[in-house]
Amino acid sequence: MSTSLLELKNISKRFEKKLDIAGRFARSLGAGLKEETVHAVDHVDLTINKGEVVGLVGESGCGKSTLGRVVVGLHQQSEGEKFWRGKNVAAMTADEKRAMQLEAQMIFQDPYASLNPRYRVENIIGEAPVVHGIINAKDKSAYVAEVMQRVGLDPALSRRFPHQFSGGQRARIGIARALAVKPNFLVCDEAVAALDVSIQAQVLNLFIKLREELNLTYLFISHDLGVVRHLSDRVVIMYLGRVVETAPADELFTQPNHPYTQGLLAEVPSLTVRKKDFVAIKGEIPSPLNPPTGCHFHPRCPHAASVPGNKCKTEQPLLKQIAVNRFSACHLNQ
Amino acid sequence: MLVFGNFMPGISAMSAVLQVENLRTHFFTKAGVVKAVDDVSFSIDKGQILGLVGESGSGKSMTGYSIMGLIDSPGRVIEGRIVLNGQDVTGYSAEQWRSLRGNRVAMIFQDPMMTLNPVLRIDTQMIEAITAHEKITREAARARCRNALSQVGIPSPDERLMAYPHQFSGGMRQRVAIAIALLNKPDLIICDEPTTALDVTIQGQILYEMQKLCRESGTALMWITHDLSVVAGLADSVAVMYAGKIVEQGGTAELLDHPLHPYTKGLLDSVPSRNVKGRPLKQIPGMTPSLLKIGNGCAFRERCMRRTNECEVAPPFTSPELNASHKVRCFHPHVSTEEALTA
Repeated sequence: MSTSLLELKNISKRFEKKLDIAGRFARSLGAGLKEETVHAVDHVDLTINKGEVVGLVGESGCGKSTLGRVVVGLHQQSEGEKFWRGKNVAAMTADEKRAMQLEAQMIFQDPYASLNPRYRVENIIGEAPVVHGIINAKDKSAYVAEVMQRVGLDPALSRRFPHQFSGGQRARIGIARALAVKPNFLVCDEAVAALDVSIQAQVLNLFIKLREELNLTYLFISHDLGVVRHLSDRVVIMYLGRVVETAPADELFTQPNHPYTQGLLAEVPSLTVRKKDFVAIKGEIPSPLNPPTGCHFHPRCPHAASVPGNKCKTEQPLLKQIAVNRFSACHLNQ
Repeated sequence: MLVFGNFMPGISAMSAVLQVENLRTHFFTKAGVVKAVDDVSFSIDKGQILGLVGESGSGKSMTGYSIMGLIDSPGRVIEGRIVLNGQDVTGYSAEQWRSLRGNRVAMIFQDPMMTLNPVLRIDTQMIEAITAHEKITREAARARCRNALSQVGIPSPDERLMAYPHQFSGGMRQRVAIAIALLNKPDLIICDEPTTALDVTIQGQILYEMQKLCRESGTALMWITHDLSVVAGLADSVAVMYAGKIVEQGGTAELLDHPLHPYTKGLLDSVPSRNVKGRPLKQIPGMTPSLLKIGNGCAFRERCMRRTNECEVAPPFTSPELNASHKVRCFHPHVSTEEALTA
């Protein structure tokens, strides 16, 4: 396991909504009020090797963004351990932690909300490397120009404000800001979702180019399976806070194992299918406040009734190896 | 096939639910005249689905708004004809439009949270949509609302009628919006990116409902989207818009398999599944031009690999192939003879 860049072991992230004073008072009088807990990420194991592109796929509310934030350290996990280059993050010194945080950068979904509207591009990109002592303040302009060129922005625009750019250019600014501190690992949270089709292709190409030039490792979070398939070496599918399947990208798309993955792939609109009969996965995505018992997917699963002993309803399926490098959490595999 | 009759006004004029001819919607802003919709023509037959595809700013939503009579100042429909069921509605007064909207023609928007009134219960909003257009008792109207809700797959419609919009999930809200559009059994529904904000599995459910509806009731659909792959599975015919103009139009299979316009071809080639995995995607260089700065000539010329001096003049909308229903606005289309040569 010497090549692993990042390892998550049994990571959970819970968000708790504490009762306010009125609620606590009402409870003391016998009202059945409870503190609400969202299990955004529920006992997830994930290893990301150096140079690998891992795609993290799931629908809204499945915890994929929360997991991404735990990975870069924007959220502290409620439970579990995080290893960076084989070293437990909890046991790291402050300096080591800071070095790790610089190495792992995040690119956010919304190119409008994630840039400070009152900063010039020069400061958005150049602030962090100066603060962290990567460059001297007097070299800032030259350094920013270099980074802007790398992501395909004209350095002459460095004195502009974010609102003077188009969506695609803003996405590039977000990427440049992350690259400015010389990271090895990028977490891209729906980085192309807000972009038009023709612009999306340009930004995806930029990701591919940067990976080759800078030898980057990506965790690519997206709901767009087409994008993930194109970019990723390995794909992780999440449903309601749990990983339900992980596999090398090609295998996952040709022979999905978990019923949820199968359903998801069947739903993806494709250019090659004409006038198809749409069949829907039935039901809604359940609320993570009150997830179904057993397998989270069982109320929507077409196979749940065929598993003996009502197991899907009562027992949580564990992520088990089903082939080389392939894991799936489903009772059908037993 | 019905599809091919679609684009020849005159031949299919009798069965066409909607005919749009040379529609121009311009916005008169301080910075200049924005030609949001510039000479757009198409027609949709009963029970047919037209996919109107384009990127942001291409004028696809404004085309939909023009047909619904929803263009606000400084915008104005300055030219063209909109014919609904053989009746020219172009010069309608505000009152005439009101009797038409939600009745003969309905619209479903991208964000269902914005279309539903957050402080009114679902039943109030739905019943209002019926009583605005016909004299009917509240009980009868309520029964129709319940039917509409169950038609779009909402479980326990009686309880759901009493709920407020915030008590629904995004997918459910969009279903309610669709149910409201269905209430008066319109001849035409204009859907403006109704599934863009939804998850893949929920999108599948909505597409399923809409497709079923079209087949069963013969309602014509105009599906506005930026996603070519949604259109591929749903629509009978496709129109691709760029900078206010339809640049290519034809039957779905025809257009997607043999795109003629360099822009359509570029869009299709940039879809990840059409590229070798891990390799750079084929991309269209540059970005959508500002509608203020197009000038004469083809709007795509700045980004086009095939441009010549000829492109400084606006290209005509013609069908270079044998199939007259497949039309393109380009001097140098990717015609099939050339494909055979390069293959």
